[in-house]
Amino acid sequence: MTAKVLTIASGKGGVGKTTAVANIGVALAARGHKVICVDSDIGLRNLDVVMGLENRIVYDLVDVVEGRCRLRQAMIRDKRVPELYLIPAAQTRDKSAVSPSDMIHLCNELRPECDWVLIDSPAGIERGFHNAIAGADKIIVMTNPEMSAVRDADRVIGLVEAEEKGTPVLVINRLNSAMVKRGEMISVEDVLDLLAIKLLGIVPEDENVLVASNKGVPLALDGKSKAGLAFQNIARRLLGEEVPFLDLESQGLWQRLLGRK
Amino acid sequence: MSTVPSLIDIKGIRDGLLVKLGDSAWPTLQVALIDAIDERRSFFTGARLALDVGGQVLHVAELVTLREMLSERGIFLWAVLSSSSATEQTAQNLGLATRISKPRPSQVQHAPDAVMDAIALWLPRTLRSGTLVEFPGHVTVMGDVNPGAEIVASGSIVVWGRLRGVVHAGAQGDLNAVVCALELTPTQLRIASEIAVSPKRKGKVQPEIARLKDGILVAEPWQV
Repeated sequence: MTAKVLTIASGKGGVGKTTAVANIGVALAARGHKVICVDSDIGLRNLDVVMGLENRIVYDLVDVVEGRCRLRQAMIRDKRVPELYLIPAAQTRDKSAVSPSDMIHLCNELRPECDWVLIDSPAGIERGFHNAIAGADKIIVMTNPEMSAVRDADRVIGLVEAEEKGTPVLVINRLNSAMVKRGEMISVEDVLDLLAIKLLGIVPEDENVLVASNKGVPLALDGKSKAGLAFQNIARRLLGEEVPFLDLESQGLWQRLLGRK
Repeated sequence: MSTVPSLIDIKGIRDGLLVKLGDSAWPTLQVALIDAIDERRSFFTGARLALDVGGQVLHVAELVTLREMLSERGIFLWAVLSSSSATEQTAQNLGLATRISKPRPSQVQHAPDAVMDAIALWLPRTLRSGTLVEFPGHVTVMGDVNPGAEIVASGSIVVWGRLRGVVHAGAQGDLNAVVCALELTPTQLRIASEIAVSPKRKGKVQPEIARLKDGILVAEPWQV
């Protein structure tokens, strides 16, 4: 097996990177792929909580990098799906505990182990972000339909391109189609107009996301909610399927007429 | 500084340390620099470093490697100075400064009328937020200039795309400099010492050109 290493980054915090990693990971694993999720947000780890695996952490990313344990020992298996693993971040250290070359080394060690490595990047564009993208084959940039998040995404895309990591793909999270229709939220077209990169997915705003992340049960496990379905579609697109964007996602003319302030 | 090899000249500046590299092949210089640092670890740890690489043409990979080697040693590389515009461009792309405190003497010498038609920077890509392009001549962008990107040129600026960032044409005082774009909606537009912001406008977008007329910034349809 040679895994594809994907990093989810955003620049701005709180746009849903961690939720996306958990859900895309679950969706890929549910389709029979072996997935390893890596939390690179050292000092502010969250992915373990969202995945509901917090109480099973023994070793973490920093332990692996500093040689206190073997790679396999830090991989926590999520028993709800066939082959999903988490390598958690350390909570009692900071970003300087890991360097970009450590991450490249780690990714190279993980590649023969699985089909997909999903790295959850911290917010910001400093050391932690450089660590997160160092070993990646492809970067997914996440944003909300909100001007400040879109500006930050633009900056992140520029930095990714400057590091010669290729052009990232985009996921727009928390889109509220009713608000877009009323002209109170910027539309998908407005976001794409500025960022001009390929769209991988649109995830609608959904209260179930919050409920699920508090419970530690990723939404994509059941796939009944709209957001869960959107994450499943993202996973399918990553696997090369042509999946149309959800119905609520296309509003066409109205966005053009009302979307802009 | 007698322990430091002659390839490397280190001095303290207001913003930290300025390291000037001599003339040699890049691998040699890099090794010499790292050796010099490792010899005096405690002196360098925690330092903010500006690097003057002279005319060296450096690529992204080389600068990224160096930045990483330095950061492993607790040194923060914040600026790369170079007389090569390719290197400056690379450094800017990586978010590094290419000037320390005040403009370098070579930049200041450009009198307004010294902007020759022959000097232009060709940028066939979109400038994203955080990109700063400074050039002592004209600048042509084939792509968009996004909000948060900035162009400072001694000459004119032409954007074959949407101009939504900040641009400063005639930055050394050239009153004849112009700015034109297919969609001219900059966050802020400056020509010489005049500053303007785009008015809110409706209707069809058309290419426009901004210039100084009797000391006032005006934008009009771009017809050649």
